[in-house]
Order: sequence, then C-alpha cells, then structure tokens
Amino acid sequence: MKKHTLLRSSSDKMSFLIEKKTLIILPVLLLFALILLIVGLSLGSTMIHPVTILKHALRINTSDYTFIIEVLRMPRMLLAFMAGGSLAVSGLILQGIVRNPLASPDIIGITGGAKVAAVLFITYFSAVSVHWLPVVAILGAGIASMIIYFLAWKRGVNPIRLVLIGIGFEAGMGALVTMMIVLGPTVTTSEAYIWLTGSVYGANWQDVSAMLPWALIFITAALLWARKINLLELGDDIALGLGSNVELNRFILIAISVALAGSAVAFAGGIGFVGLIAPHIARKLVGRSFGGLAPVAAIIGGLTVMSADVVARTLFLPLDLPAGVFVSLIGAPFFVFLLYRNRNM
Amino acid sequence: MNPLLPKKKSKVAGLITGLCVLGLALVLSMVLGQVSTPVKALVEAFTSYDPSSTEHIIITTTRISRTSIAMFMGASLAVAGALMQALTRNPLASPSIFGINAGALFFVVFATAFFSINSLVQLMWIAFLGAAVAAVMVFFLASLGRDSLSPIRIVLAGAAIAAFFSSLTQGLLVIDEQGLEEVLFWLGGSVAGRTLDMLLPLLPFIIGAGIVAMFLGNSINVLTSGEDIAKGLGQRVLLVKILMGIIIVLLAGSSVAVGGSIGFIGLIVPHLVRSLVGIDYRWIIPYCAVFGGTLLLLADVVARLAIVPEELPIGVMTAFIGVPLFISIARRVHRA
Repeated sequence: MKKHTLLRSSSDKMSFLIEKKTLIILPVLLLFALILLIVGLSLGSTMIHPVTILKHALRINTSDYTFIIEVLRMPRMLLAFMAGGSLAVSGLILQGIVRNPLASPDIIGITGGAKVAAVLFITYFSAVSVHWLPVVAILGAGIASMIIYFLAWKRGVNPIRLVLIGIGFEAGMGALVTMMIVLGPTVTTSEAYIWLTGSVYGANWQDVSAMLPWALIFITAALLWARKINLLELGDDIALGLGSNVELNRFILIAISVALAGSAVAFAGGIGFVGLIAPHIARKLVGRSFGGLAPVAAIIGGLTVMSADVVARTLFLPLDLPAGVFVSLIGAPFFVFLLYRNRNM
Repeated sequence: MNPLLPKKKSKVAGLITGLCVLGLALVLSMVLGQVSTPVKALVEAFTSYDPSSTEHIIITTTRISRTSIAMFMGASLAVAGALMQALTRNPLASPSIFGINAGALFFVVFATAFFSINSLVQLMWIAFLGAAVAAVMVFFLASLGRDSLSPIRIVLAGAAIAAFFSSLTQGLLVIDEQGLEEVLFWLGGSVAGRTLDMLLPLLPFIIGAGIVAMFLGNSINVLTSGEDIAKGLGQRVLLVKILMGIIIVLLAGSSVAVGGSIGFIGLIVPHLVRSLVGIDYRWIIPYCAVFGGTLLLLADVVARLAIVPEELPIGVMTAFIGVPLFISIARRVHRA
C-alpha cells in the first residue's frame, strides 16, 4: 500500500502530499477537540452537566445557563483554541525554515516585540480603548521580526544566525518590558503582568471574531506554501538546485509565521512553548510531509492551550490563573526531553 | 585578531591603568547621586565622621554599600562570564543568557509567595540556591551528547530554561500581587537599598572563587586548546571543568543573590578584555574582575542620574549596552 496520497490541482500550481494515516488521525483529533470543548464548557465554579450542554447546543432545551455557556465560557475556549493553533503552525514553519527542532516564536524573539508593544500600550496608553491592543501587538511582532531578519541578513539569511540574533533580541525586549513594569504605576503593571504570562481571561465574541480571519487566512497560507517548507528543510543548496527561490520563499514563510504568532500574542498574551511542542507531537503522529502536518499541529496546539486554560481556571477555584503558566509547566520539561533526544544532533 | 596589548609589560601597565579607572569610578559612585556630595565630604566622612552631617550619613550608609556591592557584583559576573565562555567554548555564554538569573529570581518569588519569607538576607540565600539549580540544569543539558558544545544548542537550552523560570515567576506573581511589589527590584536588578550586611556573608565565597579562578588560568588555557589536547598533555580535564563549574555557580549565584537579575556584564566584559589582552586566561581573569567592577559601577551611576528623581533598573542599563554587542557577536560567529 502506498504510504502517501497526493492531491494535485489541475494546473499543477498546488499539490499536497499527505500521509495516509493523516486521514484517520485528523478526524480523531477533531473529535477530541469537541469532547474537550464540552468538558471545558461544563467545568467551572458553576458545574453544568454535559448533557445539558449538548441539549443547549442542539437547541432542544436552551437552559438557564445561556449566559455562562455562551458569554463566559464559549468564546474563551474558542480563543484559546485559535491562539494555540496559530502558535503551533507558526512554530512548525520556523522549525522547518531554521532546520532546528528547538526553534519557536517565543524563543527567537518574535513574540518579544509584540510583548514590548503591548506592555507599552497597557502601561502608558491606558486611556485608549483596549481594542487597539491586538493591532499594536501584531505591529510589534512585525517590526521585531523585520529587525531580526535585517540583522541576520548577510548575503542571505543563515538560519542559525537568525536564531542566535533572535535570542539576543528577545533578551533586549525582556529588559525593555522589565523597565516599563518597574517604572510604571502598580495598577497597570499588574494588568500588564497578567497579559505577559498569557491569559484568555475575559475573552468575548468580539475577540473571537477579530482573531478568526487572522488564523484562517494565515493557516491556509501556510498550507499553500507547505511544499516549499519541505524543500527548504533539505538545505539551501539542495532547495536552490531543485529550482526553489530560497530567499523569497523563506521571507514569505517567515511573514506567515510572524502574522500567526503576532495575532495569537495579541489576543492571548505571551503563551510560550506551544509553538515548540505542538509541531513535535504532530510530526510523531503524521510524519514529515507538510500538507498533513500543518492542520494536525494546529489542532494539537489548540488542544494544548484549551486544556491548559480549563485546568488554569478550575484547579484553584476561585482563582483564575493565566493559561500560559500551565502550558509552560508541560512545555518546559518537554523541551528538556527534546534536547536530550536530539543530543547527538 | 591581534590583541591591543601584546607585550607583558603593556599588559601590566594596562591592568594598573584599569585599577586607576576603577578607583575613579569608586569615587564617582561614592559622591554622585540624587544628593551629590563634594569629594571633600567623602574624605571627611572617613577621617572625621560627623553624625550630624547628612552628607556623611549618606556616604557611610547607602553609598558605601551600594558602591561595594556594584563593584563586587560586576567583578564576579564578568569573571563568571569569562569562565562560562571558556568552559562551553561559546562566545555567547553568560549568566543571563543561560537562565541563571531567571532561576534565582523564580526561587526568590516562590519563597516569598509560599513561605512568606521576607528577610532580605534569607531571600539572598534562596536566590543563591536558585542560581545553582539553573546553572546545573543548563550545564547538564549542554554536556549531553557527542557534539555537546555546539553554540546553538547550548544557547537554546539556556533560553528555554530562562523562559521556563520566568513564566513560572510570572504565574506566581499573578497569584500574589503583593509579592510583585516586593520583588520588583530583583526583576530589574538593583544595587540600591541593600546593606553591607548582605554582601559580607557572600564575600568569602566571591573572593575565594576569584582567587581559585586566577590560579586556574593556566589550566583553562590548556583546556581551551581542545579537550583531546588537554588530555594528551596530562590534564585532569574533568577536575578542571568541575572546578570551573563550581566557581561559576558561586560567582554568578552570589551576585544574583545580592543584586538581582543584572544581565550582559558577563557577556560584554570578557569580549572587551579579550580584544585587549588576547586569549591568555591568566590575564583575562584579573582584567575581567577589574573591568567588570568598573563597568557596573559606571552603569549604576548613570542609572542613578538618568531620570532623577527616579532610578532606572541597572539590569536594563546593562541590557542596552549588551544586546547590540550580543547581536554583533552572533553575526560574526556565523558567517554564512
């Protein structure tokens, strides 16, 4: 039996190479996501029976819980899912470009720019409507990645140089954030701090509908450029030899990755490690061909953040902790494990 | 790259000049600040102390502790950085990049949040412990595998450890907002508001580690020429490495313990020094101590005066100098 399925458009402009098992794993993961969604909706300071939720969803019996389900919990879960998915795809692209399994948007400085922009906004422009926060954060991420890219440019961009400069840049951004927090007024700094750790607390439908286009457009874009990633993974020389415009493709892919990371950070704050671990789990499940890898990584990323948020808001009731803390709790040991696994790389 | 001071004589002269600059920085740090005092008052404060004079009180209480802490911290961070760069053979190594500061900070926040420890001296020891834990983690991770010294791996390991500890810290601080105020200065790093009592118990460690580091100079030279060569020359490589590791933890740990998270001194100074005296660690280590102390003293003076009446966190100051340097080194290391 052939291991791969090839989907190809008639003009040959687009093609997806998908491993067969992806076709089984994808629905299973989606089912998982659905179950988790229902569990998440039912847990909290007011417990709601899952059956009640199902009835509510099917409009058999719209219960008294409408407010809790539709206004408090649902948008929050969806936002967590989208943020996780975006970060996962962003990380997946970066790992492909850099050809290093340890890269992710939070480690190489892309989210650092978004954080600085957002903290600046929260501490010093608190009078301006908070709805501008996403725009500001995406702008920050964009500027940061342009600077990193520019600094790493030396007759082309060498992936390792890109990562090293990104790490240095992230440290600098960290210093800026610290400065603003130390010097800013206490009220706004604690707000900024919660945002920094990554939280979907108080998410509403407006956030969901604002984030949705970003996630949809750029995850689709990632899919369309999928085969270019598989090419770049072979190394610059081979990719060039096979007729790929390496610098252009790398630039486009980085732009996609930045847009995804930036929008996720904008809506959910500085959630770390998803962009790192989700791609690895996805590769374990469906192999390396990018066509199947991107959607699987996105769902796994979404599941990670969504479940972290459910744990974060239910474990220490009535305390509502930032989801980012729990993602790090799983993510960091996993990272250590990855380092160990790749020790001879 | 040819060092600027190739001859032994010029190196000695350079070191003496460095000491003079350090002395000047000490005096500046003692007299400048929100209340600037004349140099005459500085001399008088020690020769004929007058308890009714505000100037004398400022000098003998806050200024003297602040100055000596900045000097010792700068010196230990710089020497620790030099040793780290030698041990990992990685020009980007330094305590802050490797997550040691973040580890110490997390332990401090954890202790304040859960054990309500508030005495600064106790917190200091906890910070020390945290620095050691983070350092051991990074070194352990970095020493795994065959090609354990590839710069990208160890920098990534450090970045991940730093990210891990800082996100835990952030989580704790969100739970405990009260704590946020108390530990703010550890976040940005500061040499202000500490007393000499905090430095004194650590001084034996700092000075002891510094002296051992000086004596290790020759062995480090052999080690940096390659592990195989060092073994072939009859060096007990493991022993030297372990000693270096202990010195790094002692120096970096105690400086984080006194002054919080001050980054990049350990990165900047060794590079500066190497461009002066070359690759001989017998010279690099004393030069690092002198230059590190001077740099942090000057950074602290600027941090005090930059936005009077407030103070910039000194860690931010050093990051502003350090980040551009880090990036330029990274650009040099990986020529495509």
